[in-house]
Amino acid sequence: MMRHLISAADLTRDDAVLILDTAEEMARVSDRPIKKLPALRGRTVCNLFFEDSTRTRISFEAAEKRLSADVINFAAKGSSVSKGESLKDTAQTLEAMGVDAVVIRHGASGAPYRLATSGWIDAPVINAGDGTHQHPTQALLDAFTMRRRLTGPDAGIGQGLDGRRVTIVGDVLHSRVARSNVDLLHTLGAEVTLVAPPTLLPVGVETWPCEVSYDLDATLTKSDAVMMLRVQRERMNAAFFPTEREYSRRYGLDGDRMARMPEHAIVMHPGPMVRGMEITAQVADSGRCTAVEQVANGVFTRMAVLYLLLGGNEPAVTNTRTEETK
Amino acid sequence: MSEPKKTLIRGAKVLGGEPQDVLIDGGVIAQVGTGLSGDGADTVVEAGGKILLPGLVDLHTHLREPGREDSETVLTGTRAAASGGYTSVFAMANTFPVADTAGVVEQVYRLGQEHGYCDVQPIGAVTVGLEGVKLAELGAMHESAAAVTVFSDDGKCVHDAVIMRRALEYVKAFGGVVAQHAQEPRLTEGAQMNEGTVSAELGLGGWPAVAEESIIARDVLLAEHVGSRVHICHLSTAGSVEIVRWAKSRGIDVTAEVTPHHLLLTDELVRTYNPVYKVNPPLRTEKDVMALREALADGTIDIVATDHAPHPHEDKDCEWAAAAMGMVGLETALGVVQQTMVDTGLLDWAGVADRMSFKPAEIGQATGHGRPVSAGEPANLVLVDADYRGAVDPAGFASRSRNTPYEGRELPGRVTHTWLRGKATLADGKLA
Repeated sequence: MMRHLISAADLTRDDAVLILDTAEEMARVSDRPIKKLPALRGRTVCNLFFEDSTRTRISFEAAEKRLSADVINFAAKGSSVSKGESLKDTAQTLEAMGVDAVVIRHGASGAPYRLATSGWIDAPVINAGDGTHQHPTQALLDAFTMRRRLTGPDAGIGQGLDGRRVTIVGDVLHSRVARSNVDLLHTLGAEVTLVAPPTLLPVGVETWPCEVSYDLDATLTKSDAVMMLRVQRERMNAAFFPTEREYSRRYGLDGDRMARMPEHAIVMHPGPMVRGMEITAQVADSGRCTAVEQVANGVFTRMAVLYLLLGGNEPAVTNTRTEETK
Repeated sequence: MSEPKKTLIRGAKVLGGEPQDVLIDGGVIAQVGTGLSGDGADTVVEAGGKILLPGLVDLHTHLREPGREDSETVLTGTRAAASGGYTSVFAMANTFPVADTAGVVEQVYRLGQEHGYCDVQPIGAVTVGLEGVKLAELGAMHESAAAVTVFSDDGKCVHDAVIMRRALEYVKAFGGVVAQHAQEPRLTEGAQMNEGTVSAELGLGGWPAVAEESIIARDVLLAEHVGSRVHICHLSTAGSVEIVRWAKSRGIDVTAEVTPHHLLLTDELVRTYNPVYKVNPPLRTEKDVMALREALADGTIDIVATDHAPHPHEDKDCEWAAAAMGMVGLETALGVVQQTMVDTGLLDWAGVADRMSFKPAEIGQATGHGRPVSAGEPANLVLVDADYRGAVDPAGFASRSRNTPYEGRELPGRVTHTWLRGKATLADGKLA
C-alpha cells in the first residue's frame, strides 16, 4: 500500500480492490451495536480544510472517529492563496503538534501533492479534494457503491468493475470527481463515457481513457450507472451554456430519460445536488438514485483508506468476512 | 573593479573560428590576429581554445528595482548578467513604481552606470501604470538621460487594439519600438499553465496557444497598417512561429524573441506541481519547443532573451496556484542555448553571437554593444568554455533569487570571462 493518497491514478488495481474489500468489512461493522473499532487508537488525524466542505469533512471525521483516532479539525479557508499563513507553515505547525496524518481539502490543484512531496512534513497525506484535479476517496466510494449495487456486497469481494458501462454527465471541465472517476474506473476495468456540452469538457480530454459524447440520450440506453455531476448556475454567466433551462433540457436527467436506462442501471450523484438543474426531484428521490447510499459508503471507504494507510498490519476487523460466511 | 590598461586574450576561437589573439587596450579592441605579443599587457588570459563572443545583450530582463529589492536589485541583477556573459541588459518596466516616467527610467539607468557590471538600458512602459488605458509619456522617457527606445507593458499585454495602434504610430517619431507581451487577457483568465492534455489531467487553468497567437496576428497587421515596427516578447508556440514567418515574408517589420526555457522545457514538468516551472507564457509542448528551435535557427525568431524573472523563495515554496510566475535565466541562458542550438547542430557560435548579441543590440539600439570582434570596436567580450559540463547549482548564483528550473540539471558551457569596455567584470569565473 502507498504512503499517501493523492490521485486515483496512483492506485493499482490491487490497491483499489483491497480498499473496496476493506470498505466492505467496515460496512459490516456498522451493522453492529457498537460501531467503533480500535484500529487507530492513540493516533491523531487532522482534517485540514482550506475550502468549505461540510459533507466531506464530516464524512472523514466520522470515519476517523469510528476507527478511534483523535481528530483535529482545522478550517483555514483561503489561508495561503489570500496571503495569510502559507500552506507549508500551517502543515508544519500541525505536524509539530504530533499529527499522524493529514487529510487535506484545498482549492488549489496540486496542493496535496506539494504537501506530500516537498519535504515539508513526514505524515501521510490524504487528498480530500484539490481544485479541479482529484478527489480520490470520492471515486473510491463511487466504485464501492457501483460494485455493491451491480455485483453485490459478497459477490463483489475481490472483483473490479470489468465491463461495466459508466456514464458521467455534466461539468467535467471543473470537476475533480470526474477526473478521479475516469482514472479509477478505468483501472477497475469499467468503460466510461463522458457526456457534456463541448464547453464543459477540457481541451485534451480525447487523451483520457474514456469515450466522449455530446449526446446524453444516445448514451443512456447503454449505461449500467449514470453519474450526474453538479452544475453551478454561475457557469452560464461565463458563457459555458446559454441558460439553466437549456442545460436541463439537453443534459439534465429527468423521469423520461431515466425510464430509457436499462432496468438494473443506477443513478449516482456526488452531491450536493442542484435539483431542477442536472437532476429532477423525481429522479433524485427514486429508488434508483444512490446519492444517500453514497454518503454512507463514503464513511466506510474513508475508514478503509485511513486504516490501510495508517493502521499497519493488524487486521481491522477480527471476525472477518471468511469467518462470517463459514 | 579592475581596470587593466591592456589585456591580451591568447588563443581564443573568435565566434567559434580558428584560434586568434585579441588585444584589448583602453576599453577598445586594439588588435586581432595571431602571435600577438603579450609584452606590456597588464593581464594575459590563456584562452586555450575557448570561444570568444561579443558581450551578450539581453532585451528582456527584470531587475525588480525599484520596489522589489527582496528579489533582485540593479546591483545583484547586473552581477548575474556579468556572470552569464552579458554586457548589456534591458530592464523591464514592471517595477514599483512602474517605469512609466522619465524619473524612474533615469534612476534605473544611473544605478546600472554606478555599479558598472553591465550596461542597463531601461525599457519604458507603454501605458501609465501598465494599465493599458493611457499612453505613458514615451517621448519624455526617450529624451531623458536613459534615452529609452524600447517600450513594453511586459507582464501585461497592450490588449486594447486602439492603444496598441497609437503606441506603434507614436514611437515612430523617435525610432522607438513597442515590445508586446502577447496575451489575450480574456482567454487567459485564471490561467496557470499551457492548455492541453497535461492541464486537462492536472486540473490547472489553461493558457491556450491561441491567446498568444491571436494578439501576434493582430499586432503584425497593425504594424503593417501604420508602417511601424513591432517586437514580440517571449514567443512560445509553434503557431506564433508560423504567424511571424508569414509576416516577415510579407515584409512586415517584426522581430521576435524566444526565452532559453521555451527552447528546452515542456509542460510535462508541471506534473510535479513544483512552481519553479511556473512561468508566463507557460512551458508548452515538445512540438512547440522543436518549432521554436527551428525558427531561431532559420531567423524567423531573431533573438534569445532571458525574461530573467527573479522571485523570493517564499513566492515559489507554496502551492502552484499561489506561486509567482517566472524564472531566473541570466546565468544559465548561454548553457541552455548551447545545449539546444549548438550541440544539436542548429546554430554555430557565429549564429549564437548573432542571436544573443548582434541582433538584440540592433533591435534595442544598444550603442556600443553587439559589435564585431575586430580592431577599433568597444571591448565588450565574453569568453566561453564550451567543453565544460556541470550541474546547475543555484547556491552559486550572483542573482539574489534562486528560482531556476535547472537546479541539478547538467548544462554545457561556462562563461569564464566577461569584459565591459575592457574591464573584466568576470575573470576566471569570479565576479570583479
